[in-house]
Amino acid sequence: MDRAFSWVAAFPDEVWEHTFSFLPTDADRNAVALVCRSWHRIERLSRRKIFVGNCYAVEPAAAVRRFPEVRAATIKGKPHFADFNLTITDWGGGAGRWIQSMAKGWPLLEELRLKRMVVSDDCLEIAARSFKNFRVLSLASCEGFSTAGLASVAANCRNLKALDLHENEVEENCINWISHFPESFTSLVTLNIACLDGEMNVSILERLISRCPNLKTLRLNHVTPLEKLVGLLHRAPQLVDLGIGMLIGEGHPGLFSKLESAFAHLKHLKNLSGIWEAGPLYLPAIYSICEGLTALHLCDSSIQTPELSKVVSRCKNLQQLWAMDLIEDDGLIAVASSCKLLRELRIFPSDPHGLAQPVYLTQYGLLAVSSGCVMLESVLYFCRQMTNSALLAIANNCPNLTCFRLCIIEPYTPDYITQEPLDAGFGAIVELCKDLRRLSISGLLTDRVFKTIGASANRLEMLSVAFAGDTDAGLHYILSGCKKLRKLEIRDCPFGDKALLDNADKLEAMRSLWMSSCSVTLGACRLLAKKMPRLNVEVIDENGGGSLESWPDDCHVEKLYIYRTIAGPRTDAPPFVLTV
Amino acid sequence: MSTTETAHSSTESDASGLDYEETQLTLAPPGASRSDPERKRGLSDDHLPSDSSQGPSGKPPQSKAQVVGWPPVRSSRRNALKSCTYVKVAVDGAPYLRKVDLEAYAGYQQLLTALEEMFSCFTARNYPNERRLVDPVSGAEYVPTYEDKDGDWMLVGDVPWKMFVASCKRLRLMKISEAANLAPRAPQGCTKEQ
Repeated sequence: MDRAFSWVAAFPDEVWEHTFSFLPTDADRNAVALVCRSWHRIERLSRRKIFVGNCYAVEPAAAVRRFPEVRAATIKGKPHFADFNLTITDWGGGAGRWIQSMAKGWPLLEELRLKRMVVSDDCLEIAARSFKNFRVLSLASCEGFSTAGLASVAANCRNLKALDLHENEVEENCINWISHFPESFTSLVTLNIACLDGEMNVSILERLISRCPNLKTLRLNHVTPLEKLVGLLHRAPQLVDLGIGMLIGEGHPGLFSKLESAFAHLKHLKNLSGIWEAGPLYLPAIYSICEGLTALHLCDSSIQTPELSKVVSRCKNLQQLWAMDLIEDDGLIAVASSCKLLRELRIFPSDPHGLAQPVYLTQYGLLAVSSGCVMLESVLYFCRQMTNSALLAIANNCPNLTCFRLCIIEPYTPDYITQEPLDAGFGAIVELCKDLRRLSISGLLTDRVFKTIGASANRLEMLSVAFAGDTDAGLHYILSGCKKLRKLEIRDCPFGDKALLDNADKLEAMRSLWMSSCSVTLGACRLLAKKMPRLNVEVIDENGGGSLESWPDDCHVEKLYIYRTIAGPRTDAPPFVLTV
Repeated sequence: MSTTETAHSSTESDASGLDYEETQLTLAPPGASRSDPERKRGLSDDHLPSDSSQGPSGKPPQSKAQVVGWPPVRSSRRNALKSCTYVKVAVDGAPYLRKVDLEAYAGYQQLLTALEEMFSCFTARNYPNERRLVDPVSGAEYVPTYEDKDGDWMLVGDVPWKMFVASCKRLRLMKISEAANLAPRAPQGCTKEQ
């Protein structure tokens, strides 16, 4: 050992290991691993959690080799814009190779979280059989598996604590997969099956719930009938997080009072989510638990604002509210006056394509919440009109914002009063909210807003841009500024080659860049790929693939995905995704 | 709202956008965006991004009603209030699938136009009672077909639009030679949109 590091030997390895266990972030652990060979060894052998933000950034086998004692792994696949159909079906993100390497190298793995990946039933079967101590399986925005795969998880994972399925596309070919949990199985703490469409056998579900006394989170799917819900709730009065699915049904008074009583028994409930169809009729049944709620997710609800306002005004301890724009300005004014502890607001469009009656949700709603809820730090807001002065006021009211995502539904919409671009408004947000980590911009925007973002958004990690900017300078401002930028996704902007090539090094400091319907040419991609061997520059050709070499430099690239990697070009790309 | 940049008739795409709004009786509040002249701005205005250069993947910019992936809401969420009407579209001989949301279109003509744009090598050709898509390179003709709830493959256009949306499980642009095996058309050859 180098004499300069002889102090390392002053303590046994276990002491260093214990010290490292207090390091909160992977970045800290990575730094520690660079100090000396001993620390590198001790750190890698003691790392228990791994986060892979892009499954193609590293070879699975290499990751497993480097950190042989991992117990919890989180892996993400497709780019974020895949959620909106901007990538192509069969783009990639397969979990197979990861699962195979993990099954070999991490037999003691306890927790697996996958997001935006393609997970086959085989994967689930291999995981269920290989990981003897499997405790947590979380699949978010994944696809490729069926309820038969879930059945093998249920049958084989004797000590499973959490099965968390969030917004997946699941083929439902095994109706009673829930019955594959053996009678001896009692360890469930979290069961989230909200994304499944099929009917559940309620009596099997009831028996499962009854024998799992530690069950804290139960999110049912939307076809659970109302009458059966009452029975389920009575079996799990200890629930902290409940998702109830659709409340369809004709009103019969007996049912209402049973529901009311079932809810009243949930003394520990903090989170409530669900789809409410017969809302106005059954809504008062939940009044008794409103005061204890810290999170309310009604993002698929069709309840209108007078009823909704009555609910939110009772939720004095609410920290997180997700709702449809049916809540309208009036509902948000009620939120502003009642929910003083609110930290996160998400408002989704009930009618994204503007085919129905207009909804009275404007900038006033968000303004009211920003003014009444001083702890507000995260906003997602879909609306149809905005002004610079409202944005300035919001920025002044909420300097602690860490996440601000505003989507004005119609592209290129200006400040509706002054007709000016919204540069000044978004500029105020980035200048006054110094801790901003995530930003989505929309409306009519010129290069000016990018100049401000590049200069002021020093903590920004993720930026989403659509239908904005005038010239390449816009992209250049972002790439040459924004010191902490990790993810950038852009669509339909006049950004092109020069900004990319002038900022090639920045791209390696980021996790990924997505650009679609911009002005990038194949020639620039070739130059970039040549200059930066540790970037994968992937071009998606919608016309079915073919030989990239034959295309001229000046041909337009419709979809571009660039990401840093130490694994080289990926081997599982379909024929229409070409690595330059 | 017509643009000169779109290759197809923009009045079709307006059917689910502006024209529909104009014929609807609503009480719009003052200053609401719906009746704003600004609402009529779209991709046809000066701020259209300069992606009109053509290349192997060059296509005409999409019209207002059919911008893919906008607004950025997940399809599962968008369709939460109605049944999910996303279906996969396959083309004989092409290695990839697309997905379309049938509820986004007002009728067969719009759907066909969208398919034509999506698989941009095709041009639509309208026969008196039928629709075909032609690949200009090979001259091969394709007929749009669909699999219904009973698992049968039918020609697109035979039943009223709403019935089609309710029963269609997936779409396939079938080569004309294979389409001969399909169930014979209904006698009235109804192609009226509803």
